[in-house]
Amino acid sequence: MLALRMGKTRVIAETGAGMHGVATATLCAKFGLPCIIYMGSVDVARQKPNVLRMKILGAEVRPVESGSKTLKDAMNDALRDWVANVHDTFYCIGTVAGPHPYPAMVRDFQSVIGRETREQILKAESRLPDSLIACIGGGSNAMGLFHPFLDDPAIEIYGVEAAGLGIDSGKHAASIAGGKPGVLHGNRTYLLMDEDGQIEEAHSISAGLDYPGIGPEHAWLNDVKRVKFLSATDDEAVAAFQLCSKLEGIIPALEPAHALARVLDIAPKKPKDHLMVVNVSGRGDKDLDSVASYLSARGSNGA
Amino acid sequence: MTRIDKRFAALKREGRAGLVAFVTAGDPDYETSLAILKGLPAAGADVVELGMPFSDPMADGPAIQASSQRALKAGQTMKKTLSMVREFRTEDDTTPIVLMGYYNPIYIYPVDRFIADAVDAGVDGLIVVDVPPEEDEELRPAATAAGLNVIRLATPTTDAKRLPAVLANTSGFVYYVSIAGITGTAAPDIAAVGAHVGRIKAHTSLPIAVGFGVKTEEQVRALANVAEGVVVGSALVSAIAESLDAGGKAMSGTKSKPLGLVERLSAALRHPAEAAAV
Repeated sequence: MLALRMGKTRVIAETGAGMHGVATATLCAKFGLPCIIYMGSVDVARQKPNVLRMKILGAEVRPVESGSKTLKDAMNDALRDWVANVHDTFYCIGTVAGPHPYPAMVRDFQSVIGRETREQILKAESRLPDSLIACIGGGSNAMGLFHPFLDDPAIEIYGVEAAGLGIDSGKHAASIAGGKPGVLHGNRTYLLMDEDGQIEEAHSISAGLDYPGIGPEHAWLNDVKRVKFLSATDDEAVAAFQLCSKLEGIIPALEPAHALARVLDIAPKKPKDHLMVVNVSGRGDKDLDSVASYLSARGSNGA
Repeated sequence: MTRIDKRFAALKREGRAGLVAFVTAGDPDYETSLAILKGLPAAGADVVELGMPFSDPMADGPAIQASSQRALKAGQTMKKTLSMVREFRTEDDTTPIVLMGYYNPIYIYPVDRFIADAVDAGVDGLIVVDVPPEEDEELRPAATAAGLNVIRLATPTTDAKRLPAVLANTSGFVYYVSIAGITGTAAPDIAAVGAHVGRIKAHTSLPIAVGFGVKTEEQVRALANVAEGVVVGSALVSAIAESLDAGGKAMSGTKSKPLGLVERLSAALRHPAEAAAV
């Protein structure tokens, strides 16, 4: 709608797991706008169901072959498209990062998650939750949940980054735990980089968290200690994915499975009447291939 | 006056536009890149733009992206880029060198030490494409105070309202990006470029260099009629790319091919026979 109001006739977006790509493609279908989705070719291969959804919705999915072929590179190519076509194109950034005013804009749009959570929990429990937890790549789902609760200081807030093969392995996507402040994609935030300021490739089993940065407002919430940032490895996320599916009958996406992994440590230490809200930000059907190949690789290693 | 100011003043006396040659520092390796850099003035480059390679060159097209990747793979760092400038300056104290790149490697260096080391090495100007005028307080004032020109880019989408913000605090020259888009992906429309450059000239007395997408002698001749400088970059790094062996190693043509192109383009500026006939 913002695109239409600005008189733009073409929409582009970047996507990692494909959730944002599907959402953008859906709206473009509804409003009859041509839609181009940039997606790293690694992610195109591991998130096939969402790629198919985008195509059925009429979007063109452009696989990005540069760099690590994941979310960061999709964002580079979307920015390149945008500068070439800015006269008619609206860039719909999928996370709370990028140049101003995108982080604030995406936060405000995503805050519907937190506002609805507030309304629903007040209705169901007649009180606010004691804690919130969400996974963080760029951090849009987390920011959407957290933002309407930031001014309630009694509520504990946890963000869970992807630790990949472990923070010490260097193969992870945890910008706060393993990165330092820098400037990329028009914002200053925690980034994974080498000592010369070259951005390093992130690693996570989940495409949606596979980004070497984090939204700048999350960086600030970390520095002012309002949000506690934790991390979960690929192994922990897959274990939580399996456990949640078995116990709850809910197959979560691999992204929120990182949050669920930390719930398993935090929740048992809380009193019985503790109310914790976990943002299960995506469905796991898109991840069945990734989980199957992870499990078979593990099996063949004799684990 | 910086070397950049002096060079554009000299070009004005000669009555011709200058050739601004861009190569990425360390592409395809430090030694070959240094040899190309040292060969540029003799080949006819009036100003040298030296790219500081970055992992995520968002404003660059495929040719310069690839050159950045080659340089990083060969182990190029910011320190090595500055040391190339230092080595160049032992032989040439007049050709201006402008470093062009992205902010993160400068920020990490960090900024104050980068400026000091760049001045010490013999750098004359900076183009940092992802630092807009509104966000340049931690870089531009210190760089200007240290005697560096901070050169900004104006594009076809820079409108009358924004142009003063771009031109304020710009020095050395103004880099006019002749196409909307990334480096080296489309050919500029000469008439449109002329109109835009005229609009910028109404607001500044600085020389204007036009780049992004310049490849041929005809383009160079035509642009020389509307601007004080013509930038060629993607075509040079493509010439480097085409000269490499299958493993990406420098071959005999890696130095001679880009320098040969600079010679041809420079000749078009110095002896504009066809342009005079137009």
